[in-house]
Amino acid sequence: MTTLLRNFKLGFGKTQSERPQAPVAPIADRPRSTDTVRSLDLAPTDPLAAYFRSSPGVVEIDKLHLDSPALTELRESGAHLIVPLVAQGELIGLLNLGQRLSDQDYSSDDHVLLNNLATQASPAVRVAQLVREQQIEVQQRERLEQELRVARLIQQTLLPKELPTLKGWQVATYYQPARAVGGDFYDFVDLPDGRFGFVVGDVTDKGVPAALVMASTRAILRAGAQRFTSPGAILEYANDLLCPDIPPNMFVTCLYAVLDPNTGRLQFANAGHDLPYRKSIAGVEELRATGMPLGLMPGMRYDEREVMLQPDDTVLFYTDGLVEAHNPQREMFGFPHLKALLEDHPGGLATINYLLDQLAAFTGPNWEQEDDATLLVLQRTPLAPDGRGAGGEGEHILDQFSLPSEAGNEREAMNRVMTVVEPLTIPPARLARLKTAVAESTMNAIEHGNHNQPDLPVDIQVLTNNTDLIVRITDRGSVPVPDPIVPDLEAKLAGQQSPRGWGLFLIEKMVDEMRVSGDAHHHTLELVMHLTGGEHERV
Amino acid sequence: MSAFEATVRQTDKAAIIDLRGLIDGGAEQALNAAYAAATATNPASVLLNFSDVEYINSTGIALIVGVLAQARKAKRHLSTFGLSAHYTEIFQITRLADFMGLYPDEASALSNNAS
Repeated sequence: MTTLLRNFKLGFGKTQSERPQAPVAPIADRPRSTDTVRSLDLAPTDPLAAYFRSSPGVVEIDKLHLDSPALTELRESGAHLIVPLVAQGELIGLLNLGQRLSDQDYSSDDHVLLNNLATQASPAVRVAQLVREQQIEVQQRERLEQELRVARLIQQTLLPKELPTLKGWQVATYYQPARAVGGDFYDFVDLPDGRFGFVVGDVTDKGVPAALVMASTRAILRAGAQRFTSPGAILEYANDLLCPDIPPNMFVTCLYAVLDPNTGRLQFANAGHDLPYRKSIAGVEELRATGMPLGLMPGMRYDEREVMLQPDDTVLFYTDGLVEAHNPQREMFGFPHLKALLEDHPGGLATINYLLDQLAAFTGPNWEQEDDATLLVLQRTPLAPDGRGAGGEGEHILDQFSLPSEAGNEREAMNRVMTVVEPLTIPPARLARLKTAVAESTMNAIEHGNHNQPDLPVDIQVLTNNTDLIVRITDRGSVPVPDPIVPDLEAKLAGQQSPRGWGLFLIEKMVDEMRVSGDAHHHTLELVMHLTGGEHERV
Repeated sequence: MSAFEATVRQTDKAAIIDLRGLIDGGAEQALNAAYAAATATNPASVLLNFSDVEYINSTGIALIVGVLAQARKAKRHLSTFGLSAHYTEIFQITRLADFMGLYPDEASALSNNAS
């Protein structure tokens, strides 16, 4: 009965060219035109359908007394005789005849002839119906396949062709589209100030619409990166541009992070995307920042956070194709599972293969990937066993050490740094400034960062790149380093302000650049002395 | 020997405080005591001799600001001599040099600070 209904419904209410062939024959007394081939919607509950199920064979319409909408329609169309077409026990059509041209009634021989004709014609009509259905299915499948090919092409064209090369850092990615092709994407953005942008995103929906929104989002984010330096501002810009044009019910989740390869400072903002994980010596933590997905509502603000990545730290960015994968029991891979796996693994680029192995073990061998899966791993190069190692681009670490937070250790730091930098032949006046800056920065870390707790170390790293000497002094405090202010000496001399408060001001004046970065657990003052150019020559 | 020492000399032109060692948080008591001793005779000028000072940190700067505030309150001239080039620069950056004379040596300091 299902076939019957589908066949009849397919033709009803459509244009002539779309109708299935010949479910109903032309009525004899009407002009022989294609308009007389009509489709009839015979509902399964219609009494006429029930009648033909119980009494197959030719029937005169005037002898039927049924409360049947289909029968009424047939009468109105001028039908006198109905011949059911039945194939393999299913009613697949009706052969309807009008008045004989001679105006005589149909004879019993006519009935026999029509029954024989129906018996012969029914299989042929059924075959024709099946062929037509198959043709429609093939066309639909081809259209879908073509759409998938286009979507894949768009995605693969726009994904980065190569990984970035950042000295002191390693990057690896994995990208596997699902058969239906979702809207995953990732991107690398080389920023003009030496920093580097990482993007991981996911467009809702699949196929060509998702691929087009992905392409737009990628282009907007790249444009935003040239206009703004802050990840939050870039997401805000992208959201405001996407909102007016994104198709209804679509949106984009996106994580945008900016790395300073020289310092390890990673700033990030999040538009509703899965939280990245940082694996460090302290364990695994979510890099949490909040914000609405892109394209939902204009005028959104995006929380911006930052962390200082230390040597050997790994950050994993990913999309929901990983965490929302299901096993045969329909259990989800999930965030707790992912975090636990990261805790059990040493980190680094091998994280990707490790997670893929774990995913395969979780989903089993016959798993059909449900959604696109993207993994992006960023690792700061571990230090060599001798404590030296590669820093950022072109960097060479000269020394690194830690000191307990005890008063007076700022001079220890100062003297050790002076010994380390001696071969660099820095002019004496600049060396004296660096000396003061190192001492003040260490003192700041001891007193204000670590609150003079001897068990909290101050970490000091001394390195050079092609142009600069860099000293990084890191505390373990949770309180951000304030911006340096110019002390008001008159107010201090008048007793209106504390005579103290010179440290950061002095540090900033002593070096060519002072950079501050940090997260909830560390804060770093980075002191930069140029080794080339006019400032270096100036004594 | 402690990290910081301060001794006082009286001349007919000014009281001189000879500073030695490290001027940091540990110098507070000795420096204030020396200033008190130097001003006991109510000299019009006090000279701080930095010739033997190895190190001054920001806390030490704050101590000198404190001493300068005391001197200004008493309408007393406070000058320095013997500062290294680096600490002279720091006194300029901090603008201490705007409020106290910086002289290369004792003789020039005394000649400019006659009682």
